[in-house]
Amino acid sequence: MPERITINPITRLEGHGKIEIFLNDAGDVERAFFQVPELRGFETFCLGRPAEEMPRITPRICGVCPTAHHMASTKCLDDLWKVDPPPAAKKIRELAYSTFYVEDHYIHFFFLAAPDFVVGPTAPAAERNILGVIARVGMDIAGQVIRVRRECRQMLQTMMGKVIHPVFGVPGGVSRGISEEERKQFLETAKFAVEFAQFALKLFDDVVLKNKQYVDLILSDAYTHKTHYMGLVDENNKVSFYDGQVRVVDPAGKEVAKFHPRQYRDFIAEHVEPWSYVTFPYLKQVGWKGFVDGAASGIYRVAPLARLNAADGMATPLAQQAYDTMYATLGGKPAHATLATHWARLIEALYAAERMRELLEDPEITSKDIRTVPTATPEEGVGIVEAPRGTLIHNYWTDGDGILTRVNLIVATNHNAGPIAMSVEKAAKGMIRGGQVSEGLLNTVEMAFRAYDPCHACATHALPGKTPLLISIFDSQGKLLREIRRDG
Amino acid sequence: MAAKPKVAFYWCASCGGCEETVVDLHEDVLKVVEAVDIALWPVALDFKLKDVQAWKPGEVAVAFINGAVRLSEQEEWVKLLREKCPLVVAFGSCAHLGGIPGLANDKTRDEIFANKYFRSPTVDNPGKTLPQEHCRVNGYELELPNFWKEVKTLDQVIEVDYYLPGCPPPTSTVAAAVGAILKGELPPKGSVLAPEKSLCESCPRKDSKPERLSISRFKRIATSIPDPEKCFLAEGYLCMGPATRSGCGERCLHGNMPCRGCFGPTPGSLDQGTKMLSTICSLGEADTDETAQAYADSLVDPLGTFYRFSLPASLLRRSRRQEPV
Repeated sequence: MPERITINPITRLEGHGKIEIFLNDAGDVERAFFQVPELRGFETFCLGRPAEEMPRITPRICGVCPTAHHMASTKCLDDLWKVDPPPAAKKIRELAYSTFYVEDHYIHFFFLAAPDFVVGPTAPAAERNILGVIARVGMDIAGQVIRVRRECRQMLQTMMGKVIHPVFGVPGGVSRGISEEERKQFLETAKFAVEFAQFALKLFDDVVLKNKQYVDLILSDAYTHKTHYMGLVDENNKVSFYDGQVRVVDPAGKEVAKFHPRQYRDFIAEHVEPWSYVTFPYLKQVGWKGFVDGAASGIYRVAPLARLNAADGMATPLAQQAYDTMYATLGGKPAHATLATHWARLIEALYAAERMRELLEDPEITSKDIRTVPTATPEEGVGIVEAPRGTLIHNYWTDGDGILTRVNLIVATNHNAGPIAMSVEKAAKGMIRGGQVSEGLLNTVEMAFRAYDPCHACATHALPGKTPLLISIFDSQGKLLREIRRDG
Repeated sequence: MAAKPKVAFYWCASCGGCEETVVDLHEDVLKVVEAVDIALWPVALDFKLKDVQAWKPGEVAVAFINGAVRLSEQEEWVKLLREKCPLVVAFGSCAHLGGIPGLANDKTRDEIFANKYFRSPTVDNPGKTLPQEHCRVNGYELELPNFWKEVKTLDQVIEVDYYLPGCPPPTSTVAAAVGAILKGELPPKGSVLAPEKSLCESCPRKDSKPERLSISRFKRIATSIPDPEKCFLAEGYLCMGPATRSGCGERCLHGNMPCRGCFGPTPGSLDQGTKMLSTICSLGEADTDETAQAYADSLVDPLGTFYRFSLPASLLRRSRRQEPV
C-alpha cells in the first residue's frame, strides 16, 4: 500500500516549509516534495512605496539575514538612481557585510550543523544540540563562539543602526561613517575573527575530517548532486560577497555564463508548480527539465559550496590555502558533496574575517566622504549580493519620482528550492527501504536540507537544541499508521 | 530543586528577527536557559501539537507569540496557547500591530498572486499555473494552506495580556519583561511593556527641535543628506517620532535615519497614522492653497509611512477596495 510521509514543519522560508515523501508499494521512496506553504507578497505590497524605503522594508523578508536584503536593496537603489557611491561608502558597506558573514556563518555552523558532527549524526536526539556541543567542546570554546558573535553583532549595531533590520544604506552611500576610535576597536574584533576562523577550521579538521565515518558520509552518494553552480565573482574570478559579476559553471566546472547583474533576466527564469508557493529558478539557456541534476538540467545551486565551485579561488591568502586544501581532500573541483557546504562555509568565514581586517587597515575607511547624492531620474535598478545562503537579486522599477511600480525579488533559498527537494528525496531514498522508517531518518533527512542553511533552518531555531520534526506516515486512505517525533 | 517555570515561544507570520533578538542576549541567554524551561520554541510551528494539548492548564506560565496571524492553522495554535497559558505576550511589531507584512492589507490577494506568478519578469508560466490548496501531481495529493484575505494582529484573534513592541524588540526590553514576569511584578493587564512617552521625548536630537516646528516642504533621504545631529522633522524629513512610543533605544536615529514607527502609537493614542497626520497638519507652513498643495504633494506615501508597522491594527485595518472578506 502506498504510504505518505509528511515532515511538517521544517519551518520558515519566507515563512514555513513542509516536506512530503511518497513511498511506492514496496515501501521505497518514489518522490519527495519540498513545499513552501506561505507567501507574504513583498513584491506587491511594496508597490507605491518610495524606493529609498526598500532597504528598511525588505529586511523583514528574513530576520536572520536582514543585512543581505538591506545590502541588495541599497545596491539596487544605486543602480536605480544611477549613482556611484564614494569609495569609502563602498568599503564601509563591504566591511559591514563581511562582518555579517562572520557572525551568520558561525551561528549556523556551531548552533545548527555542529551538533551533527561534534555530537554525531546518530547520537541520542536529546544530546544532539548546542548544549551537547558545549558539553563536548567545553565552555572555553563555547565562550569564544559567543564572543565572536557578540563582537560582530555589536559592530554591526554601531555601523548600521540596528543589527536586526539595518538602516544605514541609502542610494549613493551610507547614512553614517566610521570614526577613528571605532576603527581601532573594530580592528581588534577583526583580528580576533581571523584567529577564531582558523581555529574553527582546525576544529572541523580534528572532529570531522579525521573521522573516516564522517568523511564517508560527506562523500556518499546519498548526499551528492551534480548540478550547475552560481555565485558572484570579482574581476579575478575570486569569490565575492558584496559585488561583482554572476558566474555559472556546469557540473564539470566549466564556465557557462558570466553576467552583469543588469542582465540577470537573460540567464535566470522561474518555474511555477501548483504545489508550492515558492518558484523554482533555473538556467534559461538550459531550460526547465524537472527536478533532475546533470549538465542537461537547468537546475543550479547557490550558497557556500556553490560559490566556491563557481569561482577560481579566494581573494585572501589564508582562505585561499583553506580552499586548496578542501578541493585536494574532496578529490577536485567542482565538489558535488552537499555536506561539504559546511566546510565551504568555514572557509568563507575565514575570508570574511580577513576581508574585515583588510578593510579596517585601509585608512580610507574613516573618510567622511560617504555619500554621493543622486541627481538622475530613477527608472529601473538591479542589485545583487551573495547572501550567506546564496545569490540574492533585487530588481525595482519606479516612476520618475522614485515611487515603486514593479518589484522582482529572487531570494537565496529560492534558487535552492529545487535542489533542496532533490537532496531531501535522495537522502530519504537512501534511508527508507521497504517501508522501514527509523529515527535516524529524521536527522539524515534534516542533514540534507540543513547543509543549505535554508532560512527555515536558521540558527535561532536551534538555541535550545531543537530542530524538531514530526513525521506522519499515512496510508493511501489517509489513515495515520505511525508517528515519529524528534524534539531535538 | 524547585521546578523551573516553563515558557513557550511561538511564531506566526514573521521573519525570525524576534527569535534572533533572543539569541542576541549572548552570554545572558545561558542565564535564561538556567532560569526557565523552554517548553516550545518558535521553530516548532506546527510541531508538538499533542504535547501542547497535554499541558496542564498553567503548567506553562507564559507564551511569547510573534508574527502576524493570517492562516487558520496559526489561529488554532494561538487559541490553544491562550487556553493553556495564564499569560500571553504579543512579541514584536507583527504580533502587536501587524508589522510590515501587514502592509499587504493595502493590496488584494489576487494582486499578490498575479504579480508573483504571472507578471514577474523572470517567471515563465505559459500555462498560467497557480499554487493550489489541493492538487494532484502524478497521482500524489498535495495540499497548501489557504490564506486569509487580510493580515491580523494577535489581539484580533485571541486575548493578549501584554505587548512587547518593536521590530524587533530590543534585547534589554525582552530581558526586563522576562524578569518582571518571573518576579510577578507586572503592570495592569493590557499594558505595552515600554515607556509611557513618545520617542521625541527620549530622542538624542530633541534639543535641536525648535520651540515651534514648521515645515513647508518635505525632503527625501534619497536625494538629500540629513544632518547627523538635528531633529529630522526640523530639517524637513518625515520622522514618525511624535506619533511613536519610546523604548527602542533610538537605534535608527543613531544610524542617522528617521523613525518609521515600529514601537507603535504613543500612549493613549488610538491610531498611529491619524496621530501623525494631525501632527503633519499642524506643522505645515502654508498660508495659501498653492503652498498647502505643495506641502501635501511633497509628502510621499503617507499610508505606507504612517502605518508602516500598524496597518492591521489601525482604524482602517485594510484598504476597502478589495474583494469581500
